[in-house]
Amino acid sequence: MSTLTELSLADARDGLRAKKFSARELAEAHIAAVTRIKPLNAFITETPDAALEGAAEADRRLAKGEARAMEGLPIAIKDLFCTEGVLTTAGSHILDGFKPPYESTVTANLWKAGAVMLGKTNMDEFAMGSSNMTSYHGPVESPWRRRGDNRPLVPGGSSGGSAAAVAARAALGATGTDTGGSIRQPAAFSGIVGMKPTYGRCSRWGIVAFASSLDQAGPMTRTVRDAAIMLGAMAGHDPKDSTSVDRPVPDYEKALTGNVRGLKIGIPKEYRVDGMNPEIDRLWEQGIAWLKAAGVETVAISLPHTKYALPAYYIVAPAEASSNLARYDGVRYGLRVPGGTLDEMYEKTRAAGFGKEVRRRVMIGTYVLSAGYYDAYYNKARQIRTLIARDFAEAYRKCDVILTPTSPNTAFAVGEKMDDPIAMYLNDVFTVPGNLAGLPGISVPAGLGGDGLPLGLQVLGRAFDEETVLRVAEVLERAADFKHKP
Amino acid sequence: MSSTHLIKGKTGEWEVVIGLEVHAQVTSKAKLFSGAATAFGAEPNTQVSLIDAAMPGMLPVINGWCVEQAVKTGLGLNAQVNLHSVFDRKNYFYADLPAGYQISQYLQPIVGKGELLLDLADGKSRTVGITRLHLEMDAGKSLHDQHPSQTYIDLNRSGVALMEIVSEPDMRTAEEAGAYVRKLRSILRYLGTCDGNMEEGSLRCDCNVSVRRPGQPYGTRTETKNVNSVRFVMAAIEHEARRQIEVLESGGTIRQETRLFDPNSGTTRAMRGKEHAHDYRYFPDPDLLPLELSEDEVARIKATLPELPDDKKKRFIEQHKLSAFDAGILVSERASADFFEAVVTGDGKLGDGKTGRDAKLAANWVINDLFGRLNAAGKDITASPVTAGQLGRLIGLIQDGTISGRIAKDVFEIMFETGKDPLKIVEEKGLRQVSDTGALEAAIDEILGANVEKVAEYRAGKDKLLGFFVGQVMKKTGGKANPGVLNELLKKKLAP
Repeated sequence: MSTLTELSLADARDGLRAKKFSARELAEAHIAAVTRIKPLNAFITETPDAALEGAAEADRRLAKGEARAMEGLPIAIKDLFCTEGVLTTAGSHILDGFKPPYESTVTANLWKAGAVMLGKTNMDEFAMGSSNMTSYHGPVESPWRRRGDNRPLVPGGSSGGSAAAVAARAALGATGTDTGGSIRQPAAFSGIVGMKPTYGRCSRWGIVAFASSLDQAGPMTRTVRDAAIMLGAMAGHDPKDSTSVDRPVPDYEKALTGNVRGLKIGIPKEYRVDGMNPEIDRLWEQGIAWLKAAGVETVAISLPHTKYALPAYYIVAPAEASSNLARYDGVRYGLRVPGGTLDEMYEKTRAAGFGKEVRRRVMIGTYVLSAGYYDAYYNKARQIRTLIARDFAEAYRKCDVILTPTSPNTAFAVGEKMDDPIAMYLNDVFTVPGNLAGLPGISVPAGLGGDGLPLGLQVLGRAFDEETVLRVAEVLERAADFKHKP
Repeated sequence: MSSTHLIKGKTGEWEVVIGLEVHAQVTSKAKLFSGAATAFGAEPNTQVSLIDAAMPGMLPVINGWCVEQAVKTGLGLNAQVNLHSVFDRKNYFYADLPAGYQISQYLQPIVGKGELLLDLADGKSRTVGITRLHLEMDAGKSLHDQHPSQTYIDLNRSGVALMEIVSEPDMRTAEEAGAYVRKLRSILRYLGTCDGNMEEGSLRCDCNVSVRRPGQPYGTRTETKNVNSVRFVMAAIEHEARRQIEVLESGGTIRQETRLFDPNSGTTRAMRGKEHAHDYRYFPDPDLLPLELSEDEVARIKATLPELPDDKKKRFIEQHKLSAFDAGILVSERASADFFEAVVTGDGKLGDGKTGRDAKLAANWVINDLFGRLNAAGKDITASPVTAGQLGRLIGLIQDGTISGRIAKDVFEIMFETGKDPLKIVEEKGLRQVSDTGALEAAIDEILGANVEKVAEYRAGKDKLLGFFVGQVMKKTGGKANPGVLNELLKKKLAP
């Protein structure tokens, strides 16, 4: 049975259709794996019954030859997606006991494609974090260990539970959300593939909002092909989300032609940041060499406003979050701590319900939107955002995709960096610009660092050109031939 | 500004400066950002969508119908329609504001500057500037009287579409403010974009009032919130102006504050518990794209605008030769104006088949007789038991001499009571005017024969007696004698 959990999502799909095994067997193998990885704390809620039910339906359809795109494939769902009747916490105490009476559009799309739910994965509270240590439900441990060091490591964040579950072979794939790197960074830390599509590609309806203008759902899988299959099922226009874009969803798997000859790959000089680990730099050079060997042309490009991306992000995201999180007030759902007055109830509920990082960001966000500070912070950040988008637009006149490292470092140990939020925020330095510009990006595992931990390379593309991003990523994946397991 | 607008205080004259912010509920079956219903008076929390309750992950989607109503209203106010406008979040915590923010429009509203013509009691008009109109969602309602220590929340109103229409501080008297609200309500009703029902809260008014010495800069203003009738608007302003003058004349200063109007005492008082100044932290709602309209869309909406009260009034004066006063009364409600025109032009039903009725006569009948009778019966023009066609036919019967104007009053009363057609009443009751000279001559001969002495007196020069003879013949004919024919015949017979 354990071999079933080693399959890629694409191979599992093909195996089901070839009747090599049943959806029930596939589900059972994964349910067992979910149980086996309990010590990682990757799941907040496990839904084995839902998985078996879904598998039964899948077997019926498979028998009739009516298999859908993801028929019978067991996946995990980040606990930020509202799932009907299934506890949805966003990793926060304040959503205690919240079982939504509705299903998010993205998960509904996945179920419509035949996918099967294993459970809801742990995450940084309200997706705020790069370590998965801010969850009310406790930190997630990475299945990886440093060479010769058994200290538990973080899987990255905020989609840390999803990354750990996929890396530990407890799910064929998982949904993540990426506001500043929350799919790509944990994917890089965990040696898997993580893709953030173009803003507007996947509906945000039913996803607990962190920063509305940045949040985007995407797939986390073990191969680029798997990401292509899963993205195809997740994406699509949704009239219930005004920012979702009405354009057809291409067959992403078809884009994986292996042919990148003649494509121009941009290498941004501003991404060689000071004090960057030399092995990250070496990996980047290696990536360039692999792609050159595949027939691409490299182009030196400049993204001059990159250095302002992180500060701008840490103004825009908390500003939107401070407003988005105002609804958690103890009045209608989730946690309520009674108080003598309305204000007292708000204060007690929110003090008890939100963790330290969430409170920090709500305060930062409230501050930057305040009268007298708005122009200096929020408005300035919006202007920078426009400039960053312009940088990319300019760059894409010279190149088709951009290659960068995903993260400036490998995974760190649980507990590290917790006392220094700025050091933590620096994790997002390569991923944040893509969010600010709304562009698609993917992280592909490309090698191991000296500490024996995975490193990822990031491919960024033009808006709605996920196909080229995936095509290049797959070529990179083949060249890197990353076979390491936790 | 004439000095009659000034209020005389103990230490001299004061000028009152008034600006109004009207919240008009958009006539729409669904809310501004959700599909939930908006019917008035529904059981609490029965018209609430997941969006209105601000459930996690819910997103607003703009209701295109409401946008169209706002544009229509802007056009009706001769205002600039902004092709690009932005929805912002206005952040504050309150139990009946589920998301912790209200979606509104702050820096870039959908409608900019416009104007509104006030019709004043003396028949004059005056223009008041409109600053802007923006779309926003309503909050829910806190019910403090359902439980001894707790507050209940009804979210039925949460998310209902409102147009906030802001005037320039152009008004100087409570009467002008009253005229402003009446005129605005009239235009909204003509457009059909708001039902203007102040009792049900479809139209609410915030009154900004300050006072100053003539020629001096604006004084500090107060804002009296949520006043819900024209009468109360006028009373609140009147009271607030006098209160401010009193404070200033006794050496005090006016605090910029929010006040409430108490209809029972007719006074305003400062709102309690709102001491901490709000910082609403407005910022563009990232869940909504900027609202983009095209010139074509605006032109298409413009083409659907009905004739509005000012134009209609002008046309009634020109086409129907009405006085400005009568025209003003008739156009104040679209239903009255439509009724009047239907009376004039006829509805094609049997009766007289004529059009081109005397418009002045029709206006008198509508304004004096019909409105008077409706008022007495406590009925609205839309519930009038007499239809425009029937009233038109009654006027037709007067014009063609079938009945006299006096008989018509009796016929009208029967019409109002029974809803019957005028001709039928005239026939049933035999009220047709007698114009037949033979029949009249016989009646005259009889009267003259019975009053030989009076005939002699008349012939001797006592002309005044003609009235006596007319009265006698009228009495004899049950009032049905055609007065013109009767006069002529009498004079002929009495001639020496």
